[in-house]
Amino acid sequence: MRYLPLTDSDRRDMLAAIGAPSIDALFADVPPAARRDGLVDLPLAAGELDVERRISAMAAKNIAAGSVPFFIGGGVYRHHVPAAVDHLIQRGEFLTSYTPYQPEISQGTLQYLFEFQTQVALLTGMDVANASLYDGATACAEAVAMANRVTRRNKAVLSGGLHPHYRSVCETYAKFAGNLLAAQDPAPGGGEDLAALLDGDTACVVVQNPDFYGEIRDYSALARLCHDRGALLVVVVTEILSLGAIKPPGEMDADIVAAEGQSFGNALNFGGPHVGLFATREKLVRQMPGRLVGQTADAEGRRGWVLTLSTREQHIRREKATSNICTNAGLCALAFTIHLSLLGESGLTGLARLNHAAAAIAAERLSAVPGVRLVNSSFFNEFAVRLPKPAAPVVEALAGKGILAGVPVSRFYPERGDLADLLLVAATETVTSDDIDRLARGLAEVLR
Amino acid sequence: MSEWSQALSRHVAAEGGAAPTISGNRGLQIEEALLFEQDSPGRSGVDLPEPPPVKTRLGGLERQGAIGLPGLSEPQIVRHYTRLSQKNYAIDAGLYPLGSCTMKHNPRLNEKMARLPGFADLHPLQPESTVPGALELIGTLAHWLKTLTGMPAVALSPAAGAHGELCGLMTIRAALTARGDARKRILVPESAHGTNPATAAACGYTVEAIPANAKGTENQGRVDLAALKAKLGSDVAALMLTNPNTCGLFEDEILDIAAAVHAAGAFFYCDGANFNAIVGRVRPADLGIDALHINLHKTFSTPHGGGGPGSGPVVLAAELAPYAPLPWVVHGPNGFELVEHAGGSAQHTIGRLKGFHGQMGMFVRALTYMMSHGADGLRQVAEDAVLNANYLRVKLQDALSVAFPGICMHEVLFDDAFLKDTGVTPLDFAKALIDEGYHPMTMYFPLVVHGALLIEPTETESKASLDQFVDVLRGLAQRARGGDAENFRSAPRFTPRRRLDETAAARKPVLRWRPDTEHREAAE
Amino acid sequence: MTLRFTKDHEWVRQEGDIAVVGITDYAQEQLGDVVYVELPEAGRQVEQGKEAAVVESAKAASEVYAPVSGEVVEVNDVIAGEPAKVNEDAMGEGWFMKIRLSDPQQLDALMDEAAYQAFVAEQH
Repeated sequence: MRYLPLTDSDRRDMLAAIGAPSIDALFADVPPAARRDGLVDLPLAAGELDVERRISAMAAKNIAAGSVPFFIGGGVYRHHVPAAVDHLIQRGEFLTSYTPYQPEISQGTLQYLFEFQTQVALLTGMDVANASLYDGATACAEAVAMANRVTRRNKAVLSGGLHPHYRSVCETYAKFAGNLLAAQDPAPGGGEDLAALLDGDTACVVVQNPDFYGEIRDYSALARLCHDRGALLVVVVTEILSLGAIKPPGEMDADIVAAEGQSFGNALNFGGPHVGLFATREKLVRQMPGRLVGQTADAEGRRGWVLTLSTREQHIRREKATSNICTNAGLCALAFTIHLSLLGESGLTGLARLNHAAAAIAAERLSAVPGVRLVNSSFFNEFAVRLPKPAAPVVEALAGKGILAGVPVSRFYPERGDLADLLLVAATETVTSDDIDRLARGLAEVLR
Repeated sequence: MSEWSQALSRHVAAEGGAAPTISGNRGLQIEEALLFEQDSPGRSGVDLPEPPPVKTRLGGLERQGAIGLPGLSEPQIVRHYTRLSQKNYAIDAGLYPLGSCTMKHNPRLNEKMARLPGFADLHPLQPESTVPGALELIGTLAHWLKTLTGMPAVALSPAAGAHGELCGLMTIRAALTARGDARKRILVPESAHGTNPATAAACGYTVEAIPANAKGTENQGRVDLAALKAKLGSDVAALMLTNPNTCGLFEDEILDIAAAVHAAGAFFYCDGANFNAIVGRVRPADLGIDALHINLHKTFSTPHGGGGPGSGPVVLAAELAPYAPLPWVVHGPNGFELVEHAGGSAQHTIGRLKGFHGQMGMFVRALTYMMSHGADGLRQVAEDAVLNANYLRVKLQDALSVAFPGICMHEVLFDDAFLKDTGVTPLDFAKALIDEGYHPMTMYFPLVVHGALLIEPTETESKASLDQFVDVLRGLAQRARGGDAENFRSAPRFTPRRRLDETAAARKPVLRWRPDTEHREAAE
Repeated sequence: MTLRFTKDHEWVRQEGDIAVVGITDYAQEQLGDVVYVELPEAGRQVEQGKEAAVVESAKAASEVYAPVSGEVVEVNDVIAGEPAKVNEDAMGEGWFMKIRLSDPQQLDALMDEAAYQAFVAEQH
C-alpha cells in the first residue's frame, strides 16, 4: 500500500524486537466482545487511477460556477484567485506543517500570520486582529460571547439584516450558554430601530454591513448610543472585499468586527473551508478568542514571532478559556494573505471598483426587466430585487437554461411568504457583460 | 528583557553568536522582511482592467484615505512566501512525533481531487439539482464514517475537533432536556485535552476531574473506575473520555465504564483524537460510546496547514441522532438531499453550528484517503501505527523513562525521571531535538505525569526513520546524563531563530506592524 | 505586624483592619516570568478561599485566592503596569491588593512563617 512504508519483513522484525507473538497481542487490552477479526464492510484498497475515477465521477455530476453565467452570493463570493496563490499554499512547508507551537522552526507560519493580523486590522480599521477563526458565522457567535464577557451582561440584539446562518449559529451558541438573544425580523429595505432595543442589560448590538440584502449604512450613531448604555457594537462583514470601497467598521466606532474572509484566496468549495476574521480594540485584546501572533526577539536579538497571550486559550485555561477553539483556519488564512498581498492597495481598490461597476450595471439591466424592482438604495457587489412572482421557481427555471441567477431569499426563510419574491443577485469581477445580458434576457423570458 | 533572555544572550555572546555574513543570511536560510517594509505605493501583483464608468451607488459611504496595504509585484510575492516557507518544519521534511496529533503523510491525490472544479467551484447555495455529485460525496463520506465506527448517524458540519466536541455535548444536553432530566455536571479525566473542559463550560456545564490509576497499580494510567462510579450520580450529564487515552493506553475497562455511565442515566462522549490506533479494528459503537468526534485532519490525513483548516464530524448513537445540527444530508428517493431547516424529521435539531454545509474541501480529501486505503488498508493503518509506537517504546525504554511500562497503543508516554539531577528540563531536551532535525514530541501533556513527553510516530514512518530517531533520542539522553546541561539550555543553535522571548511577547504584546514603530534588530 | 501564609502560597500582612495580600517568593519562582495580573476592582467583596485575582506567566495562569474575607479597598496598579515586579519583589512591592478585614480572627488559622517554610520544604 503506497502510503505505508513498513514491509512484512519489517513488521516481523519489529514484533520480534517488541517480544510480541503477533500484532493481535498489541491489541490485548481491547475487550474480547469488541474485537473484530474481519474487515469492516467497505471496499478494499484502490490505486490512484481507480480512486480518481470514482471521485471524479461524482465531481462531473455538478455544474461548476465558472461554466455558466453566475450571480450567486449570499455570504460566499466567486472571485478570481491569481494563479500564484494556489502554488504557494501547496508548498509542503505550508501545507504539511503543524501549528507553530515551536517558534524556532515555524517562523514562516508565524510571520505570515503576523502579516495577516496586520492586514485584517488595516482593512477593518480596528486596532488588533487574531490569526483567524473557522468562518464568519462562528466568528459572529464568538463576538457575542466576548461582548458578554467584557460587559458582564448576557443579552445580545441582532439586526434583521444579519445573515440568517450567522443569526442561526448565534442562536444555537446562546441557547446552550444560557444567554439571551433578541433577533430582529428580516429587514429588506431597512426600517428597524435597533437603538430602541438598547437597555441596561444589553451586552452588544450586532449589525452587518453591507447587510444581507446588500444595503450599506453608517453605524457611527448607533455605536455612540451603544457606548452610552455600556454596550458594544459588533459589525459583521460577509464580503470582505467591500472594505476596499466603503467606510470600514473601525471608522464607525465598532468594538468588534466579525467577518468572512473567503473572498480572498479561497475558492467557493461548496461552503467550506473558509476563514473567519476577528478584530477588536486594543483595550479588549485579552478577551479576544483564537490564536494570536506577537512580535519579540530571539536570544541573538533578532526579530521573530511567537504565539502569545496563550493563557486565554483552552490548552491553558481549560474551563476558563475565552473559547474552546484549538485550530484556526491555517492554510485558508495563508491563501487570504497571499491574495491580498498580490493585490496591494491599488489592486484592492481597483478590484472593488470592478465589482461595484459589474453590480451597478447588472442592477440597472435587471431593473429594466418588466416587473422587476430593485430594493436597495445602495449596494457594493450584491443587491436584492423583488420579482412579480416567487423567486425560487424562477431561479430553478433559469438553472434549467444554464444560468445561476442568484439566491432566492426563501432558501433561508421558507416559512415567510412575504419574502418569497426576493432574489439576491451578486456580480463580481468574474461576471461579463455577456453574462449580464443572458441573465436579463433569461429573467424576462421566465417572468413572461 | 526578562532574566531568562538576559542569561541566554550572555551565552550566545560567549559563543560568538553574531551573524558571520554581510547580509545576515546563512546560506539557504534567507532573512525576509515584512511585506509592509517592502511597499511601493501603486505597485501591484495583479493586472486589472479599468472598470466601465458607472454612477456609484455606495450610499455616500466611500472609503476615505489610504488603507495602508503594501504593494509588491508577483516575483517579490513569490520570493517572500518561498523564503518564509523555508523557515518551517513540515511532515514533508521529517518526522513529527507529536502525541495525539497524528502527523501522518498528507497524500497529494487528496489535493488534486479537492481542486476539481466540480467540487472547488461549487457554491453552497446553488440549486440542489445542480450539485447532486457533491451531495453524493458527502453521503458517501457519511457512510464510510458510520461503517467504520458502527454508529447509525453522523453530524458533518463541525469545523474542527473542538467544534465537534461542542456539537456532541449540545446533542447530549438536548437529549437530556427532551427526557425532562436536565443535568449539571460533566466528568472528564485528569489526562484530558484542554478542549474537553473548555467545551463543557461553553455548553453550560460544570466540570469535574476523574483521577487515573497511579503508576504501579493495576490498570495504571487508565481511568480509576471506582472513582468514576463514586462521582456518577443523577446529576451527571456525560463522561468525556479519550480512547485510547492521552497516555497512549487503551481503556480496557471501557465496557464497565460505559455500563456505569449508562446505568446512571448519563451519556458516553468519546474524544476521537486517537482513533488512528483502532480504525478498522475496533468500532466505537461496540465500546458503548454514544457520540464521538473524528478529526479528519488526524486520522484521515487532511493537511494540518500550519494550524488549520480542520474538520470534526461527530458520529452519534440513535438517541442523539435527532438532535444533530443542520444541515443534514439525507438519502431520499431522488438521491441525496440537503435538509437546511428544522421541521419534519429534523424537528429536534439543535440548529446550526456553522455557516453553510461544512468543510467540503476536507470531505473530498478524507474520502479520497479512505478509498485509497479501503477496509483492509485502514486496518493496516491502525496496526502499523500501534506497531511503530511499541517499537519506539522498547527501543527507548532503557534510555528514557516510560511512564507506564507495558503495551501502549499508537503513542507512548515518557516522564522526565530520566532527566533527574541532570539540570536538563523536558523543554531543553526538546530544543536540542530541534537541532537534530526533528520537531519535538508533545511536552508537558498530559498533566498526569511529571514532565510528560508523548510520542506518536504514526504508520507513515518507515522502520529506518524510526531507527534514526531512536539513535538521536538515546544519544541526547546520554548527553544529558553526562552533564551537558549548558548545551541543552542554549539549544536550538541551527534554526532560523534561536529561543524566542515569550515573556516579553506576553508582557507588551505587539500584534501587528505599525508604520511609526522602529524595528531595531539589536536587543534592548 | 502579623505575616501569615496560606497553602496556596499567598501571604497576608495585617496593618490595623487592613490586610495586604500578595503571592509568596516561592510562588513567583514556581510560576516563572509573570506577564500579566488580573486584579479585582476596588469595592469588590471577596471571600476567604475563593478566587480574587489571576496571575499569568507565558505558559500558565494561576488563581490567587483571597486568604481572608472582606472588601477590596485598593489594588496595586504598579504590578498591573509592570508585572515583572511580582518576580522581583513578591513579598514587598509586588503586593496584589488590600482588603478591609470582615473577620480578623481568620488570620489566626493561617500558617506563620515557620510553618509555611516547613510546608514549602515538604513540597519537594
